[in-house]
Amino acid sequence: MGERVLSKKDLNIKLKELKTDLGVFKDIEVSVGRIYDETWTEPLGPTPYPSITDLREWDFKILQRYKPFYMPFCDVCCLCTFGKCDLTGDKRGACGLDMAAQQSRIVLLACCIGAATHVAHARHLVEYLMEKNGRNSPLDVGGFNVDVEAPVIRLVCGIRPKTLKDLEDALDWCEGEVTNLLAVTHTGQEGSNLDFESKVLHAGMVDHVGLEIADIAQISAFNFPKADPYAPLAEIGWGTVDVTKPVILVIGHNVPSAVGIIDCLMDRGLDNTVEVVGICCTAHDMIRYSPQTTKIVGPISWQLRFIRSGLADLIVVDEQCIRADALVEAIKVKAPVIASSPQNCLGLKNRTKSPVKEIVSDLVEGKALGALILDPEKVGEVAVETVLAVAPKRKKFKIIPETEELIAASQKCTQCNECIRACPNNQPLPEAVKAAAVGDLNPLAEILETCVGCARCDSACPIDLPLHSFMVKAGEKSLAEEKFKIRVGRGAIQDVEIREVGGPIVLGEIPGVVALVGCANYPHGGKEVAEIAEEFALRKYIVIASGCAAMSIAMVKDDEGKTLYEKYPGSFNAGGIINVGSCVSNAHIAGVAIKIASIFAKRRLRGNYEEIADYVLNRVGAVGVAWGAMSQKAASIASGFWRLGIPVIVGPHGSKYRRMLLGRKDKTEDWTVYDARTGDQVYVGPTPEHLFTTAETKEEAIVMIAKLCMRANDTTKGRAIKLTHYIDLHKRLYGIMPDDVHLFVRSRADIPITMKTEVLTILEKKKWTERKIPDPTLLPRLIRTRRG
Amino acid sequence: MSLKAEPWQTAEIAGPKKAFLILKPDVVVAMVKRAKRPLLVVGHLAAEAGSEYDNLIEYAIRMSKATGVPVVATAHTVKAFLQVGFQPAAHMSAMDIGNRLQDASWMGLDGLGPYDLALFTGLPYYMEFVILSALKHFSPSLTTMSLDRYYTPHATWSFPNLKIADWRESFEIIVNKLEGT
Repeated sequence: MGERVLSKKDLNIKLKELKTDLGVFKDIEVSVGRIYDETWTEPLGPTPYPSITDLREWDFKILQRYKPFYMPFCDVCCLCTFGKCDLTGDKRGACGLDMAAQQSRIVLLACCIGAATHVAHARHLVEYLMEKNGRNSPLDVGGFNVDVEAPVIRLVCGIRPKTLKDLEDALDWCEGEVTNLLAVTHTGQEGSNLDFESKVLHAGMVDHVGLEIADIAQISAFNFPKADPYAPLAEIGWGTVDVTKPVILVIGHNVPSAVGIIDCLMDRGLDNTVEVVGICCTAHDMIRYSPQTTKIVGPISWQLRFIRSGLADLIVVDEQCIRADALVEAIKVKAPVIASSPQNCLGLKNRTKSPVKEIVSDLVEGKALGALILDPEKVGEVAVETVLAVAPKRKKFKIIPETEELIAASQKCTQCNECIRACPNNQPLPEAVKAAAVGDLNPLAEILETCVGCARCDSACPIDLPLHSFMVKAGEKSLAEEKFKIRVGRGAIQDVEIREVGGPIVLGEIPGVVALVGCANYPHGGKEVAEIAEEFALRKYIVIASGCAAMSIAMVKDDEGKTLYEKYPGSFNAGGIINVGSCVSNAHIAGVAIKIASIFAKRRLRGNYEEIADYVLNRVGAVGVAWGAMSQKAASIASGFWRLGIPVIVGPHGSKYRRMLLGRKDKTEDWTVYDARTGDQVYVGPTPEHLFTTAETKEEAIVMIAKLCMRANDTTKGRAIKLTHYIDLHKRLYGIMPDDVHLFVRSRADIPITMKTEVLTILEKKKWTERKIPDPTLLPRLIRTRRG
Repeated sequence: MSLKAEPWQTAEIAGPKKAFLILKPDVVVAMVKRAKRPLLVVGHLAAEAGSEYDNLIEYAIRMSKATGVPVVATAHTVKAFLQVGFQPAAHMSAMDIGNRLQDASWMGLDGLGPYDLALFTGLPYYMEFVILSALKHFSPSLTTMSLDRYYTPHATWSFPNLKIADWRESFEIIVNKLEGT
């Protein structure tokens, strides 16, 4: 028998009309303490709904090993009117804060922004879906294949949500924690950099709860693929867009308004008449909803090029990662804009309560350049009616110059270098414009291949040359050839899949899980992400992807014209390449690690964070890679992985997050764990060496991934497999044996058979001695027998 | 190009403390000669054939051979050194060498003591920018020098923004003088 649990939150009942013997009552609202059946018999762990200090001890343990390396982006603090304060070196600001604490404070601010964004997104979705489908609408992320439906929420909050309304408690907690964390950043609060860092980790954990709430709510309510390894393939790429039709472009992360559009088209039988295409995560979620009728244009960096090309007749934006000048750019191509999120109103008049016909008329006649509509169904109606009327008038009006105009404009370039000095990737724009001036557009086209679409070059040009548009013109042929397939985001991983691979992962026989996530702020374009994915899929790691990275993986073809999603299975198994979905689907990646501890190892989840994180850190060889990480959301997602014991590698631009969490393999004392069998302290080598680091190049990232998959618990067979990959990749990409191999060999049985001679030579040189393989833990309370 | 202390990437403004300008190659020569424990960090751009960084591997090797300055190759740059028969003193990630250099108790690659001069070249501008910032703030006894052709304000010393030809000429002079030719 389960126990009945009184939830912390009150239940609100609203009745429009109640007829009784006493009379008719209208608009009654009753609030009572919420009681719901709680049949979950798993005992509650020590930290359900943890406060900002409840997991501080765990944080300090990992921060002791992975110490912050601060790389200040700025020498001053300008957050209060005491300042600006110069914090250079050992100086302190007027409030007493030093540079280390200031940097960790800024990281905390970034993570609060990220967590708040995901939590607000989740709140919006849950409230919208409760209103649409009812508060008791069931959560279903995988039917009978998924019993652990919300691993992050179970672990962190200690509840097992069954319906949409059950998510409210978790949401309330998230919102409270984000508020507490943000308060910490006020002047005169926290003074210790390590306590700031602990709170950074807390923000990340809150973020992951927010992610999970958002995705399980939308999977359930919109009937997205439910943990489906065979989720269908959908189209991605500029060239897949049928530009002979009216085109609606959606941009952002919060899908209800896109769903409103798709539903309206379906209801009116217009789904073959109008193209609905998307950029960024709304596009991911849109194809999860309707893979046959919608398409993805590309990742975040495709926004400006697509808008300026004039191919979109109407642009609908929701929230997150949308260019702030989307409206300005849309006006230039005469495309109306509908803003559909309270988070992103763009200065537009709120037309939510206006009649549809009136809004449509204003947009079509140009009386309004856009409209704010905070009702997804109304967005659908307005968008469909507007695009049908606007498209024939616009005639795909664009602001991309013709070749002759481009050449003539390029001849005005003074070679002042302001464009290259503004370019984040130092692309040789002056030379490319010089070539364009004599009719050679190829250098501009080449730059577009790796352009992140920021258009800082445009802004920097003192004679206002639209350099980004120049690149789009130069690269128009290759843009039109962008026709790829992406596997629709499958959502969660099935429990049965975890049962099959949990053992091989924990024992090291599947050498690792590589999660390719995040934004598209790449140093050399998205192809590198696809190369990393294929390298590890071929080596029988499990590759799991989300967000813009999952799109970039799709946007490369082999010689036979196949994309990676067509070549590799979507199942969570060795050699699979899995797209879980949008940014909020990152929860399923954390969920995999948690479910391995729960389903495979039978560890208790419920409010038992520290033990599970200890398990993951020491046993689950997973590594996150955010090759183009850009946003504050990426920071908070990463910090959720750090607290859970999963290392994250960012691309070179990620160094601008200004703080890494680095291990020191040369410090033997940092790498001891308890042997849970005996209580002995045992050296386990740098496994994993870092919790957060930047890789300078793709090659470095590949070698680093293989290395960071090693865990203290690896069996000898598993360690030998992992070492084989690490050494092989190191030799191929660095041209030399790794100089730290002796730190990872614990016994002769760890040595890869085919590399025995080479490895033994190093071991001898390093005076290596054999050491034991413990049952590793950082938590003294998990020691089963104490010596003495 | 400007001989002012102006960051190459326009928005990467640092300060109040900014790098001194290296207006003559002799400054580098003098600093390297004066240093008791110098170190040269070479990033992956040095390994990009056909780029503006052509010859950087060669310059680094000549500097090292002439002065004994140990070379740390970051990322996969070690491969380019090995291909021309030169074994760097170490290869490690840019983050790792930055992290070690900011640790005053680190006894160096050879265990003989902390470095007093760290020269950087061949890293992406923005990465070098933040690593040098870490060293400026947390490693007060270390002098840093950017040998790239862009003004890098967080270094102790940096070239101004230079044309490729001027930069190569400067490097040539530095290496020749260190070689005593």
